[in-house]
Amino acid sequence: MTISLPPETSSPPRLQPSGWLRYFSFSVDHKVIGLQYLVCGFVFYLIGGALAGAIRTELTSPVSDFMARDVYNQVLTLHGTVMIFLWIVPVVNGAFGNYLIPFYVGARDMAFPRLNAVAFWLIPPAGLMLITSYFLTGAAQSGWTAYPPLSITTPATGQIIWILSVLLLGGSSIFGGINFIATILKLRRPGLKLMQLPMYCWAMLGTSILVVLSTPVLAGTLVLLSFDIVAHTGFFNPTLGGNVVVYQHLFWFYSHPAVYIMVLPAFGLVSEILPVHARKPLFGYVTMVYSIMAIVVLGLIVWAHHMFTSGTPPWMRLFFTIATAFIAVPTGIKFFNWLATLWGGRISLNSAMLFSCGFIVNFVLGGITGVALAQVPFDIHVHDTYFVVAHFHYIVFGGSVFVIFASVYHWYPKFTGRMLNEDLGRLHCALTFIGFNLCFGPQHWLGLNGMPRRVAEYDPQFTLINQISSVGALLMAISTLPFLWNVIHSALNGPVAGDNPWKALTPEWLTSSPPPVENWIGEAPLVEEPYGYGVPPGELDLSAASGRDLWSSGK
Amino acid sequence: MQKMTSCCVDVCNTNAEKSSPFPDRNKALTITSWRTAASPIRCLKPGIDQVQIPSAILTLVIGMALALGGLWIGQNINLLPIDASANAPIYDELFKVLFTIGSILFVGIVGLLVFSLIRFRRRSGQLGDGLAIEGNLPLEIFWTAVPAVVVLFVGLYSYDIYDRMGGMVPLAHDHMGGAHEEQIWGGISSGSIESAAATNVLPVEVTAMQFAFLFHYPEGDITSGELHVPADRPITLRMEAKDVIHAFWVPEFRLKQDIIPGQPTQLSFTPTRTGRYPIVCAELCGPYHGGMRSTVVVESPEDWDSWYGQNAKAAPEEETLTIANA
Repeated sequence: MTISLPPETSSPPRLQPSGWLRYFSFSVDHKVIGLQYLVCGFVFYLIGGALAGAIRTELTSPVSDFMARDVYNQVLTLHGTVMIFLWIVPVVNGAFGNYLIPFYVGARDMAFPRLNAVAFWLIPPAGLMLITSYFLTGAAQSGWTAYPPLSITTPATGQIIWILSVLLLGGSSIFGGINFIATILKLRRPGLKLMQLPMYCWAMLGTSILVVLSTPVLAGTLVLLSFDIVAHTGFFNPTLGGNVVVYQHLFWFYSHPAVYIMVLPAFGLVSEILPVHARKPLFGYVTMVYSIMAIVVLGLIVWAHHMFTSGTPPWMRLFFTIATAFIAVPTGIKFFNWLATLWGGRISLNSAMLFSCGFIVNFVLGGITGVALAQVPFDIHVHDTYFVVAHFHYIVFGGSVFVIFASVYHWYPKFTGRMLNEDLGRLHCALTFIGFNLCFGPQHWLGLNGMPRRVAEYDPQFTLINQISSVGALLMAISTLPFLWNVIHSALNGPVAGDNPWKALTPEWLTSSPPPVENWIGEAPLVEEPYGYGVPPGELDLSAASGRDLWSSGK
Repeated sequence: MQKMTSCCVDVCNTNAEKSSPFPDRNKALTITSWRTAASPIRCLKPGIDQVQIPSAILTLVIGMALALGGLWIGQNINLLPIDASANAPIYDELFKVLFTIGSILFVGIVGLLVFSLIRFRRRSGQLGDGLAIEGNLPLEIFWTAVPAVVVLFVGLYSYDIYDRMGGMVPLAHDHMGGAHEEQIWGGISSGSIESAAATNVLPVEVTAMQFAFLFHYPEGDITSGELHVPADRPITLRMEAKDVIHAFWVPEFRLKQDIIPGQPTQLSFTPTRTGRYPIVCAELCGPYHGGMRSTVVVESPEDWDSWYGQNAKAAPEEETLTIANA
């Protein structure tokens, strides 16, 4: 497979930096861009985590005493925006997508390497702009949803900067989506069929379709909102004849699919990790592919379940209830298939596997509360409460972020050529899992019993549960320390990994660690069975069998 | 293939008759191989695998325990606050069903996961792979159909609940206010509105603003910062927001309705239990959003009559104003 990729030849005057400086350059190497996404995203994760820490500190007491109330609203707005647009979306899509997709399709780079670099380099300035708005003028304070009329009446500068950053980040996301679609569909190595692709390719194809279809709607909506703020137009301003519910429809037309943009790639990554460490083929490949596509289609027609209390007509509530609840079916298929993948395997209980299993536990709970929330009468009580906060953190943290960590443990040997310390990894996993459930589990109860979300002060009867939740948040903060130490220390002193420490079959492992600039010396391998692990039933793996096996099984 | 069918269907406690009652050869193979590696002594014990309770029976027992456990959890663990309106018990009914189904699913799936992690973990010294089983179409159909049926059942059931709560009552256009063809928005209307009790509805006008609720009783011209309502009489709130979106939420009533500027909104309910319950604003409305709270006082009809009488009849202009300003 050859593609035209002008600058990256090994001619002596290199066109790009090749040492560590390349990570700060406009590199067009998909692996460099992937790691740029990953590290940049992680920096924003630490910032977003610090903001979450500020929120949980404020909520240890029922009165507003840690920060001013408008600052609290800025903090919660920044927390949501940073975590969604600068951490989860760029990392599950940009980081792992860029690193892995060209390997999986047997290409030497993405379809549009320069667009790829542009997409990444939109992120740091957008993020910096968003964060600095807090120090310069005060950040937006209308939540990451920016519902008008609140977003029209709060201080305008912060809101406009928020809109600009989200537009840039959305643009980056669209560029990435186009690139993934083109790469998966057009850059496949000759001979590689679609149904032979690793599952992450399918997840990224589905995700990118969602990105390309729905992100422009958000962009248009935010442009109109900025007109309302700056030019005093009346698109969403009721005093000028606008309609705020229209904004909600347009916003959620993107922002509900955004949840799938955050979890579908995570589903794909888990599908890569589990078979390798369970030493079994991925169970039900074809149904997994169809369920991804079903989630994509259904994900586009469920947005109004965010507006069950906004005065939507009854027929609309009924339709969106059923559509939303039915997403549980394809999602359930994926979970049953993962469980079947584990069943009968030889499971290595390493950090990647444990984080993946933590993901399954958390996401199942988040999915169950999700089906409950889809029911209009149930939702009417708990909408906009801590129940919803708990639900979506079970999805995006318990789901996507657990998978990000699992993926870091799984692919770190490929990224750096060195192994991570497994004991520290398991400690990290245990602390994260306990801290996470301690933080967000009790919030279900808070929501059911009357604590609304986005408040700096609350009914004193909820003090104890909020303090428990804050202790969980503290544990989660502490859990990043062994991770950080592990990642930095292992990069320098970790045991050398070799090309394929997990004995995996997918193409990224069939090259050196870290891989060379164009991924393979020589031709790209043709991997027709990416999940060809395991001993066929009734046969014996002679390399692993003892004499007693042969004797006792009657062979 | 056969083994996967049996084992996975086991957990779901259906089609148990399909599963093979005997452990098949592959399972025996997996186990013997680690035995030889780990401790050969174990092989001298009478084979647990060979003389085993048939998996169909084990499955049935586990499934029954799961279902009963889920039912027990759903019926006995109460996570909700006290119920104080006519639709709260209906809501709690739905909650119990969802909680039961959710508990069964969660415990079942997590139990299966933990069991797999322990049972199929790689022991030290063990080499080689698991079984090369790539799929099983009947199993896929099974675990597509069962969740689809469950979800459909839950959807229909919650539709019924919603109907009983009055959510499907079409909202009439406003004719009372004299405004022509003004669209009234709303969520739940208490089902009793349509019934004979409709004649006795108590209308209250609610104004939501940053950061307070104001209640106005048009019939007695009372303005109050607290909502006083008599028990067992349908109330209709006609709500308006002055500035940004607010939401009227009474957790003990299990009711919430956004109040959107430019959209007069109606919400009906029938309080049933006397007491003082919080009214909470549930939509981010600005810095003091957390402080935007009020109280609904549900009184016996006699107490409410005296409160109403005191404020309505005897209230001169200035007293009403002081309450409004308070």
